[in-house]
Amino acid sequence: MNDNHNPTLSSIRKRSTHIAAAVFLSPALLFLVIFVLYPIINTFQLSTYNWSGISPTRTFIGLDNWRELMSDTIFWRAFQNNITLMVLSLVFQVPFALLLATILDAAGKRFNIFKVIWFLPLLMSTVAVGFLFRFVLDANFGLITFFSRLLGGGPIDLLGHPDRALFAVIGVVAWRFIPFYMVLYLAGYSSLPDELYEAAIIDGASQSQYFWRVALPLLTPVIRSGAILSIVGSLAFFDLTFVMTGGGPSHASELMATHMYRSTFLTMRMSYGATIAGAMFILITTIALITIKLLSRKEKQQL
Amino acid sequence: MSIAKVKRLLVWIPIFIFSLLWLVIAGAPFLFMALSTFKTQFEMLTGGVFALPQSFYLSNLVTVVTGGFWNYFLNSVIVVTISLFLLLMITSFAAYPLSRFKFKFRNTIFSTIVACMAIPIHVALIPIFVMMRNIGLFDSIWALIGPYIAFNLPISVFILTTFMGLIPREMEEAAEIDGCSKYRIFFTIMLPLSKPGLATLAIFNAINMWNEFVFAFVLTQSMGSRTLPLAIWEFQGQYTNHVPLMMTVLTLTAVPMIIAFIIGQDRLIKGMMVGAVKG
Repeated sequence: MNDNHNPTLSSIRKRSTHIAAAVFLSPALLFLVIFVLYPIINTFQLSTYNWSGISPTRTFIGLDNWRELMSDTIFWRAFQNNITLMVLSLVFQVPFALLLATILDAAGKRFNIFKVIWFLPLLMSTVAVGFLFRFVLDANFGLITFFSRLLGGGPIDLLGHPDRALFAVIGVVAWRFIPFYMVLYLAGYSSLPDELYEAAIIDGASQSQYFWRVALPLLTPVIRSGAILSIVGSLAFFDLTFVMTGGGPSHASELMATHMYRSTFLTMRMSYGATIAGAMFILITTIALITIKLLSRKEKQQL
Repeated sequence: MSIAKVKRLLVWIPIFIFSLLWLVIAGAPFLFMALSTFKTQFEMLTGGVFALPQSFYLSNLVTVVTGGFWNYFLNSVIVVTISLFLLLMITSFAAYPLSRFKFKFRNTIFSTIVACMAIPIHVALIPIFVMMRNIGLFDSIWALIGPYIAFNLPISVFILTTFMGLIPREMEEAAEIDGCSKYRIFFTIMLPLSKPGLATLAIFNAINMWNEFVFAFVLTQSMGSRTLPLAIWEFQGQYTNHVPLMMTVLTLTAVPMIIAFIIGQDRLIKGMMVGAVKG
């Protein structure tokens, strides 16, 4: 039967589909509008005021906050630290996670106990991880000092040292988040059909050839989404730094988000905090979009 | 032994050594945490870090559990249960039309929701704080539910839409020919068939919400309305530098999630598979 013979029926049908779609989608859209869309707009609005967050009055100051941000050395230092965190996360987390996932995939059920313990760091809250590592890295009785003494060295202070604090935090970030990418890549492996491996081996491919020539290219989309998640996560990172160093010593491990938190809730300059948040939004979106563009262009070239 | 076997062994020995090494890296801090739970403060300072506790010392556990731990635990359970239930409902509502209907703005809506994944919560933090203060929900656990749902929605909708897209259409088409409305099809066919996907989302989001820190830290203030990740803060205020006691709090906080993971690990990976395929 052709729909054209009965336009009214098909249009009624279409309409009822539209109504049903609207009904089903409205709760989700409502939540996103209230808690995501409106706050983003509001953040930018707030950034044009001078407001402590407590006082009932606020004065419109235009772009003054943004001008201040441009010359805010702490913010730009924090941005640099975020970039360092982003690069080192990509360099360490993605390959290690891929290696661990590859081992788990190749070993199968025999390595189940490894899988559970390797995954453990991800199950703890970042606050707990932060506190745990404050003790683990403690200069007097922590694990690092313990091993240093075992080898005849003295106590080592990582978190309190301006040159080391950022890297100590980045190490802990990797410790906590490698399991996430590991599971993501493991899921990627499980989505490859078993026949693929069998066919490759029958055709005379070695295991390493299978990995480089067959599995890795097929895993590219998962690796790409992992990389994007890692980039966005690193640029917005907060929890562990806040708990472990608070951004210190003397802003050595400051991140944009810790700077934003301090400006908003500790120095009580809420509108300036909103400016930092707005800048974070702009920077993160731009970097994410550029990355997605670059990565998808590369893929097209390969095809 | 055949050459092939020797060759395989040569490959696997370094892999196994690396695996053990990573086991130590991932597990040592947990061992430190668990052992410290049963140590006295004095033992901690005098004995080695990895020395076994001298006796089965339970006083830390007792202090923590009687020191307000239940209050945080209960708050976490309430917030996570309610948020999770609503999140799963709203997610399946949204995933149904996005995966099954044909309508004009479907792709636009779907990509907009997915793009929200990349939005850092700090951008929304101040307005949500001000909003909660204005409507009088500041410093209560109810303030957390809205943000928890909204910020876990994008990834959940993404995973469940992909999952629902893989469900065969025959049953639904048969029901439609029989004159079933979209609403009935959703409740009687789609929702039951999506159970495995929803289970994955439940585990994934429960871990996220159980451990959530920033909103809980900013939107609540008093001990009575704080959740488990913040318990450590309060205990630290009370017992400065009592390391074994801090470790006890951390152990107790992590145990429920470790149990949840051991039960649901296969489900979790299968569910992430669905998301991983599409990338």
